[in-house]
Amino acid sequence: MATGVKPRVKVPKTAAAGETITIKTLISHKMESGQRKDDDGNVIPRSIINRFTCDFNGENVIDVVLEPAISTNPYLEFEAVVPEAGEFVFTWYDDDGSVYDTSKKIAVE
Amino acid sequence: MKIWTGALLAGALTALPLSAEPVEDTLILNEDITLVTRTAAPDHLSDVMDEVISGWHFRGTETRAMQADDFDNPGMIFVEQAEEVWNTVDGSEGKSCASCHEGSETMAGVRPVYPKYNEAAGEVRTLEMQINDCRENRMGAEKWKYTGGDMVNMTALLASVSRGMPVNVAIDGPAQSTWEAGKELYYTRTGQLELACSNCHEDNYGNMIRADHLSQGQINGFPVYRLKNTKLNAAHARFKGCIRDTRAETYSPGSPEFIALELYVASRGNGLSVEGPSIRN
Repeated sequence: MATGVKPRVKVPKTAAAGETITIKTLISHKMESGQRKDDDGNVIPRSIINRFTCDFNGENVIDVVLEPAISTNPYLEFEAVVPEAGEFVFTWYDDDGSVYDTSKKIAVE
Repeated sequence: MKIWTGALLAGALTALPLSAEPVEDTLILNEDITLVTRTAAPDHLSDVMDEVISGWHFRGTETRAMQADDFDNPGMIFVEQAEEVWNTVDGSEGKSCASCHEGSETMAGVRPVYPKYNEAAGEVRTLEMQINDCRENRMGAEKWKYTGGDMVNMTALLASVSRGMPVNVAIDGPAQSTWEAGKELYYTRTGQLELACSNCHEDNYGNMIRADHLSQGQINGFPVYRLKNTKLNAAHARFKGCIRDTRAETYSPGSPEFIALELYVASRGNGLSVEGPSIRN
């Protein structure tokens, strides 16, 4: 069970219709690879964020599969075209079944 | 044989220095505050250098960019954690930091003047000492380890609210003797390599030491998020690392020697903006 997980996103508040914007996301997560052993030699079970998605007004923008080699606090930056005002919904899926989400509204000038 | 290797070494040393000037760039934080990363050296350094330069100028393009935006700065994750601790009650008195100080933003202006002489205690105190004094005597809570995670996160929070303010530690009056002791340490060669702080950070900043670009060793950016260990690092931990690298037995973080050294090194950066938490290699 991962603790201290907190999603963060940065999206501009406004954009011109059709403009390409940059979205930055980061989730604080230890991303335990499942390859390490503790002091007693027992394998520390894998606990990572295995999938990240971003949707805009119900339409998928990006869908990412994350692998164990990705380091602590995965940071993803990508671009998206904003055709109209609406809401971005970001979702992270944890190995333990937890789902973390957050959303950001964007207005069109 | 010994003389021969000595001559070879001397030859190599004079031939080698590959100059790599500090990068010309401006640090604008969150597209808002312009930080002072180069400025005229304080008076007490007038004999040895004209300009003091933040370590930021000695790092790569990506590392510099990372520090310019709080979202990209992983050090800010630890600042957020400290913000929670700031508002959390701890100890027998039922107080949090916020009970006395209110919001953490009220601490703006504290980081730039530490280490500072404390009248009541009759000693020069670092920010860490002051935090632990609060914890023990005001909150009735356990002291934190000097360079432990909780402590370094809290110093990062206090630095972050003072970003953009110039470092301005007092070196005269009651702090002077401590400052002199720190200066003495700065110029004292230690370890099997017989290196003083000044040999690298005064005589050779801008040059490459193998693959690393030597900075002036300024501490205006502490605590520092290091990409090599993905956590915040305290100034005293850096001092310890540097002295260890000279192959010497080091002083401990929080020792009187390091407190004096911190005051002296901080005073070498008087005029540079507080940058902590900054990003370095």
